[in-house]
Order: sequence, then structure tokens, then C-alpha cells
Amino acid sequence: MDNAAFSITQMRVSYARKEVIKGVSVSIMPNTVTALIGPSGCGKSTFIRSLNRINDLIPSFRISGDIIYRQKDIYDKETDVVELRRRIGMVFQKPNPFPKSIYENIAYGLRIHGLNIKDTIDETVESSLKKAALWDEVKDNLKQNALTLSGGQQQRLCIARTLATQPEVILFDEPCSALDPISTAKIEELIHHLKQSYTIIIVTHNMQQAARVSEYAGFFLLGELIEFGKTQELFTAPKDKRTEDYITGRFG
Amino acid sequence: MNKRILNKRLDGLFKVLGILTTVFGMLVLLVLFIDVFLDGASRLSLGFFTSFPSRKPEAAGILSAWVGTLWIMAVTAFIAIPLGIGSAIYLEEYAPKNRLTALIEISIANLAGVPSVIFGLLGLGLFVRWFNLDRSVLAGGLTLAILVLPVIILSTREALRAIPFSIREASYAVGATKWQTVYLQVLPAALGNIMTGVILAMSRAVGETAPLITIGALTYIAFLPQPPVILSGEFPFIRVGLQGLFDPFTALPIQIFNWVSRPQKGFSVNASAGIIVLLGITLAMNSIAVIVRYRQRKKTRW
Ligand SMILES: Nc1ncnc2c1ncn2[C@@H]1O[C@H](COP(=O)(O)OP(=O)(O)OP(=O)(O)O)[C@@H](O)[C@H]1O
Ligand SMILES: [Mg+2]
Repeated sequence: MDNAAFSITQMRVSYARKEVIKGVSVSIMPNTVTALIGPSGCGKSTFIRSLNRINDLIPSFRISGDIIYRQKDIYDKETDVVELRRRIGMVFQKPNPFPKSIYENIAYGLRIHGLNIKDTIDETVESSLKKAALWDEVKDNLKQNALTLSGGQQQRLCIARTLATQPEVILFDEPCSALDPISTAKIEELIHHLKQSYTIIIVTHNMQQAARVSEYAGFFLLGELIEFGKTQELFTAPKDKRTEDYITGRFG
Repeated sequence: MNKRILNKRLDGLFKVLGILTTVFGMLVLLVLFIDVFLDGASRLSLGFFTSFPSRKPEAAGILSAWVGTLWIMAVTAFIAIPLGIGSAIYLEEYAPKNRLTALIEISIANLAGVPSVIFGLLGLGLFVRWFNLDRSVLAGGLTLAILVLPVIILSTREALRAIPFSIREASYAVGATKWQTVYLQVLPAALGNIMTGVILAMSRAVGETAPLITIGALTYIAFLPQPPVILSGEFPFIRVGLQGLFDPFTALPIQIFNWVSRPQKGFSVNASAGIIVLLGITLAMNSIAVIVRYRQRKKTRW
């Protein structure tokens, strides 16, 4: 599909000699939310971490196949990895704010890309925090160390930090797994708002969450993408027996 | 049932043992302190700090010694801190994981355990003789610099390693380069612990005697290295220069060593007073290290 954001064919990933993604092919549509589900260790994180090349940091990581983002192979030698990572943002499972002020957490992404105008940075800090539904809680304490925030606030700060550099795609790796229901609800609502302007891929262990937030869903099992399609169809009329077993909870 | 009582007793026993060993360590330090203090406190006066050594114990002071120590420490810090931190950053963040790197790492770990006299011999051969620096401030500073270098490298690497991987990931994920990640995130986050290590290394260097004696530092010096800044009444009023680096020097531990080895009672009093000063410097530096570490801990709870 030409208008796909990501076109992936035969992605294979291994750590050292262990193959953990075994030939995955899939297309991800722009401005949609795609949820990835599957049991622990099936390669969901590995899959999305390969899309912004953050896995390059792991020495034993090897990948093959065509991973095309907007008509360009992201593993091409010519690819500017730094620019790619700015365009494809990522929010991690465990909130990982920098040990700096709330303000600096967000300003960092702008500064490293050469933006040094204070007014523009101020504006972006405010608008990003508003989009991440955190502004009202922190607007009077922007100088406060980010590590003093609660887990849910930290995660929203990490989302704001990602939004600040204006990515086109946001990858979420189980963003709510460490959060309470209220924070989770806030982040789900946030994702709902974001999908108008961003392509979103979210890994989650929470089936209800996947059903609530996504339009497309994929089921991973042991490094293979067993089934991919419209979320509603995947959850109500799965084609594969294994998908059905998993979503109905019959899986071990 | 019996086992639980036994465990409880053992627990109590270890607690008592722990307290005893701690108290023992503190007592030894205290006794040392009191002894030195009783001997030397009477000699501590302004004159003691502003007088050169002398044949008469009552007139002798530590002026050339503490100024020399200051010079040496400045040279050591100037060389060892940037070099040590730089090497640690390279080894920890950039070096490929291969045999050569492993060899370098092992060598550094071993160097940290080499007795300081050996470094003195190296300094004597390399700086004093080969570079022809003679028994100068520069030769002494360089010798102590290579002595503390491995210690600084090791402690800095430890500090860098303590920064969670997730912080680096977060930085890369917003599009930072490796250098930006290291320089703007990892280094600042590790700075407190790096400083702690550096200060402790320097405080160790302050008291080093053996290497300085080995390179032949003089024990009787009645003049100071030329100061780096000289003010004068006539044009151009100020002169800046590092000529002092090439002047001979003495240092506190050497002065103390010299006084201790003299038979007259007066000199051993002087030695005690010198030891009080040296201990004061060391304690002050260690306290700063503790404060820096404490403040860093309060700032970052991962
Ligand atoms: N850095 C690594 N080095 C070696 N093996 C790894 C590494 N990261 C992941 N793996 C292995 O790759 C496989 C897939 O891991 P991955 O983290 O992608 O699973 P996941 O689906 O995200 O699981 P979870 O739901 O528990 O997060 C697992 O078998 C894991 O042990
Ligand atoms: Mg995972």
C-alpha cells in the first residue's frame, strides 16, 4: 500500500543468535492507532523498538527485511538516525524523565535540534504540557525536579517531551503498565486526541485498552504476527484459533 | 523453635560485633587525634603558617610547605582531572568492546593498586631525568597526577555506569546524538559522584610522601616558587606567568617527615602541628566529598 506510514516486509530480528521476530510483514496506516497485543516475550517491544532504531543501542541486535517508512528504508546506510528518531517518537514502559526540571525535560529536545529562542521554547513547553494533560498540575512548578512527580505525571511528562519535537509517529511501549486506573484513563484519552495528528502504535497487555483506543490491532505470538486487522474484527471475529484463545483468556 | 532462638542470638552477636569494630575504628582515630593535638596544638599560630623552615624549631614554619602543596595540587588537578574524566568517558561510552579495551581496563585497575613509591620512581626517570624537569613543582605535580589518574578513571567510570540506561534511551529517542546524550544528560547526572571520586583522589594525593621523596623533593626550602600573578607599583603593574612551575618545592608531608626525623624535641612538636594541618586539609576535603554526594542523592532518586 502506497499511502501506508510503515510498510514492513519479512522483518527478522535476532539478539546474538536467538531469533525473536520471525518474518513479520505488515502495513501501518497514517493517522491511526494500532494496538499490538500478545503474551510476554513474544517480541512486541522488539518490534516497535526496531521502528525508531532505538534497538541499535543493543550490541547484539541484528535485523533484516524491508522496513519502509514513508517510502524510505529506515535501515538504509543513508538514513539519518538522529532525524529518524525525532520524527518517530517513543514513550517507554517505565517513565524515564531526565533528572532535571520539568521545563528542561521538554526544552531538551528543542535545544538539541538547534532551537534556542526562549519565547518559542516557553510556548512549546506550555503547549506540549497542555496536550499531555499535565499543564494544570505543574504550571506553577516548572522549575521543580521531574523526579518528584508521581508515576502517572512522569509518564505524561514523557509524552509531552515526545510531543515537543513534533514527531509524525509516536510509539508507545506499554505506557500504562506502571500506572493506576485514573492515570491510565487520562493517557488513553490523550491517545484518543493525538490520533488526529499522529500515527500511533501502542503495545499493551490490556485487552480492553487495546479495544478502546485502537482502530487496528495485531496479535503477536512467539515472534510471529499471527493476525492483523481492524480492531473490532480482531476482537469480535478473530480468524485464527490462537488469536481467539488469547483474547478469550484461554491462553497459558 | 530452637533454631529461631539460635538465629536471634547470632543476630544479636553480629550486631554487637559490628558496633565494636566501628567503635574501635573511631577510637583509634580519636586517640591519634588527641595525641597529635596535645603535642602540636601549642605550635599552631599565624607565625607557623607564615614562616619558612629554620634551624631553630621555635622559629620554623610551614610557609614553603603549604604553598608547595598548593602548587603541586593545582598541577595534579589540572592534569589528572580532565585526563581522568576524559578517559573514563571514552572507555565507558565510546570504546569498542574488544581485547584492546579489555587490556586497557585491566591495566588501569592494576595501576590503581601499584604502591606509590613505584610512581615516584617513574616520575624520577620520566619527568625529572628524561624531560629534564629536575625537582620542580611540575615534576612533582605530574608524578602525583599519574598516581591519582587510575583512581579518578575508575571512580568516574563507576559514576557513569550508575546512570540508568533508560536515561540514555530517553535522550536518543528525542533525536539526540551520542555526544549530546553523554554531555548533556549522562555527565550532568553523574557529576556529583564524579566530583566525590575526584575529591577523594585528590585528598589522597595531598598526603602522599613517598613519591615526592623518591623524585627528590627538597626538605629544606626557604623561598617560594614564583607566584603566577605578581603585582607591582610600576607599569604594567601586573605580571602573569607560570615560571613557578619550574622552581623547586617542598610539600607538607615532606616537611613533616623531615621534622619527625630530627632528634630535637622542638621539631617533633612542629611535626605534630604540621600533622594537624594536614589532617585538617584531608578531613575538610573528605567532608566536601560527603556533602556533594549527599546533595546529589537528594536530587536524584531513580
Ligand atoms: N536486549 C536483549 N538481549 C537479548 N534478548 C532479548 C533482549 N531484549 C529482548 N530479548 C528477548 O527477545 C524476546 C522478545 O522480547 P520483547 O521484549 O520484545 O518481548 P515483549 O513482547 O515486549 O514482552 P513483554 O510483554 O514482557 O514486554 C524475549 O525472548 C527476550 O528474552
Ligand atoms: Mg515489552
